[in-house]
Amino acid sequence: MEIVLVGLNHRTAPVEVRERVSFTTEQARRAGEELRARGILEETLVLSTCNRSEVYGVPPESSHECAPGLSTFLSEFHSVRPDILSASLYHHYDREAVRHLFRVAAGLDSMLLGEAEILGQVREAYRFAYEHGATGPVLNRLFQGALEAGKRVRTETELGARPMSVASAGVKLAERIFGKLSERKALVLGAGAISEQVVSNLRDRGIAQLQVMNRSRDRADELAKQFGGRVIDWGEWDSALQSPDVVVSSVSAEEAVLRREIVERAMAARGNRALFLMDLGVPRNIEPSVGELYNVYVYNTDDLTEIVQQNRNARESEIPKAQGIVDEHVAKFLSWQASVELVGLVDALRTKMKEERAAFIRSRMEPMKHLTETDRTQVEKLMDEMLEKLLLEPAQRLRGEKELRRKIQNVEALRDLFLSNREKP
Amino acid sequence: MNHLFPILTALAYLASLGLYVRFLGTGNKLTGRLGTLFLGLGLIAHYFALLERSRGLHTVPYHDLYGSMSLFGWLLALTYLGLELYHRQRSVGAFVLPFVLVFFLAAHLAPADRLSPPAAHGATFAFHVTLSILAYAAFALSFVLSLIFLGEERLLRSHKVGDVVWRLPPLELLAQMSQSSVLVGLVSIAIGTVLGFVWVDRLSSQYSFYDPKYVITLLVLALYALYFRLARTTGWRGARASKLCIFNFAIVVLSFTVVNLYLSHSHRYF
Repeated sequence: MEIVLVGLNHRTAPVEVRERVSFTTEQARRAGEELRARGILEETLVLSTCNRSEVYGVPPESSHECAPGLSTFLSEFHSVRPDILSASLYHHYDREAVRHLFRVAAGLDSMLLGEAEILGQVREAYRFAYEHGATGPVLNRLFQGALEAGKRVRTETELGARPMSVASAGVKLAERIFGKLSERKALVLGAGAISEQVVSNLRDRGIAQLQVMNRSRDRADELAKQFGGRVIDWGEWDSALQSPDVVVSSVSAEEAVLRREIVERAMAARGNRALFLMDLGVPRNIEPSVGELYNVYVYNTDDLTEIVQQNRNARESEIPKAQGIVDEHVAKFLSWQASVELVGLVDALRTKMKEERAAFIRSRMEPMKHLTETDRTQVEKLMDEMLEKLLLEPAQRLRGEKELRRKIQNVEALRDLFLSNREKP
Repeated sequence: MNHLFPILTALAYLASLGLYVRFLGTGNKLTGRLGTLFLGLGLIAHYFALLERSRGLHTVPYHDLYGSMSLFGWLLALTYLGLELYHRQRSVGAFVLPFVLVFFLAAHLAPADRLSPPAAHGATFAFHVTLSILAYAAFALSFVLSLIFLGEERLLRSHKVGDVVWRLPPLELLAQMSQSSVLVGLVSIAIGTVLGFVWVDRLSSQYSFYDPKYVITLLVLALYALYFRLARTTGWRGARASKLCIFNFAIVVLSFTVVNLYLSHSHRYF
C-alpha cells in the first residue's frame, strides 16, 4: 500500500521540457493503462497542468523499486532522452508524496502562490482517472483528502484572496467599487500589451461590455476582435466616457490624454455615476487633479504596484496557516493508511496462529486418549481466546494511537518474525 | 425575574460580535458563519427575554424605556440579519453588533420609570409601535452602512487599500444595502404612522392630533423618501447620499430623545 510520485514542475524543468512531458487527457488515460498493464503500478493518476506533469501511483511492491521503471516509462512515452528527463524529475515516496500532493492542491507549490486554478485541475484529474477506473482505494482516499485540504486552505486562509499583478489588482479594485462586473462596461484606451492583460482580466471577471479606443485603428480592431469588444474613434471623449464604469488607459503620450475638463464634462453627463480610472501609462495619461472629482477614483501604476506588494506580503504571511492545514490532512491520511495496513497485518497473523494452534493441538493431543471430545473442544476454545487476547486487544488499542504509522512498524516486525515472505499480505 | 435569557442573549451577541470582528480581520468564512449563527441564537434568546419580561409584568415590551430600547435592539439585529442573508454579506456585522449590544445592555441600565405610559392596548396600537420601532432600527442600520460607505470611500480615494477594504462590501453594494434598509424603514414608518392616526382617531376624545411627534415623524418620512430618490438616480449618489442618510438619522435621534421626552404628549418611549 505504498505511494509513489514521479514528476516535474516549473521549479525543476524549463518550459521546453515541461511542454514535451505534458499529457493531454487522452495521453493521461493511455499512460495510466500502460503502467497498469505492464505491472509497474496498480493504481494510477496523471496530473498535468501548464506548470507540472506528475504521475501518482500505488506500486505492487516497494515504491522505491518501481521508481526507475516509472522514469523510463515517462521517457519512452514522451520520447524524451532519459538524461534530459532525469535532470528534471523528482521522486517522492509515501509520506513525502502525500505531502507534496496536498501542498499542490492547496496552491502552496504553485508558481503564483495560492493560485485558485490548481484545485480545479486536481479535481478534474482525479475525476478523469476515477471514471476510467485508474484509481483504487488508496488513490481515491489520497485525492479526496487532497481536495478536502485544498478547499479548507481556500476557505480558511487568505492565501489566494488577493490580486498579485498590476492588471488584476486594478480589476479587483474596480470590484471594490462596483461589486460584480458582469453588468458593467469598460473602455480601454490604447491597445498595447498592458491593455491586453487588463482586458483579459476584465473578460475573466465577466465584464458586460468592452470598448477599445486607440490612435491606430487596426490594432484597436485586433484587440476588440480578440476579446469581443467594440472600437470607437480616438478623441470622441464625450460619447466614449458616458457609459463605461471602468476606464483603463495605457497610451504612449507625452502629456495627459484625459484632462480634468473632459472628465468633469463626462461626469456631469453621467449624473455623477461612479467612474474608476486605471492609469497604466508612463508618463501618466490622466491628469492627477481628475482624482479630486466627485465619484471619480484614479489609480496609477505606482498605486497598483504598491497594492500588489502589500498583497504579496499578505499571502506569504498566510503560508504557516495553510501549511498547518496541509499537515493536519497529511496526518489524517497517513493514519487511515496505517489502520488499513494494521487490519491486513492482524488478519495474516491470526490466520497463521490459528493454523499453528490446530497443528499443535493435533500433534500434542493425539496421545492423550483419556480426554473426551468436550475436553478437547474446551482446550481449543481456551487457546482461541488466548490468541484473540494476544492479537485483537493490542490491535484495537493501536487503532486509536496518534502515531500509528510509527507504532505499526512493531507489528510489521512481529509479522516478519512469524510469517515467511511468501505469506505476507 | 429569571435572568437566564438576558444572560444568554448578551453572551450570544458578544460571541457574535467577536466572531464578526475576527471574520473582518481574517476573512475566515467559517468564523463569519459562526458569527451569523450566534446572532441567530442571540435573537432567539432575546425574543424569549422580551416575552418572559412582558409576561412577568403583564404588559407589552414597549411599556417602559427598558422594553423600548430592548425591542429596538432586537429589531435592529433582526433587520441586520435579514439584510445579511439577502445581500450575502457578513463583513458589516462587526459594525452593527456593537449598536445591538449597546441598546440591549443600556436597556438594563435604564432607570425604572414610574410614569404611566399611554393606554397601550389593542392590535392597532401594537402594530403602530412595533412598526415605528422597526423603522427606527432600519434607519439606524442605514446610518451604520452609510458610515461604513464614507470610511471605505475615503480609503479608496486616498489609495489606502488595507486588509479591511478587501473584506468590506463593494461601495455600490453598501449603498444598495443602505437603500434596502431605508426602504424597510420607509414602509414600516408609513404604515406605522397611518395606524397611529387610526388609533388616535378612534380615541380622539383622549388624544390630540396636534403633537410635535407627528410633525417630526412626517419630516423623517419626507427626508428618507428624499434620500431614497437622490441616492438612486441623481448626482447625489455616493458619498453625498450617505451624508444625507447620516443627517436624517440625526433627526431620528432628535425625535427619539428631545421630542419624545420633552415635547410629545403621548410618545414617551417610541
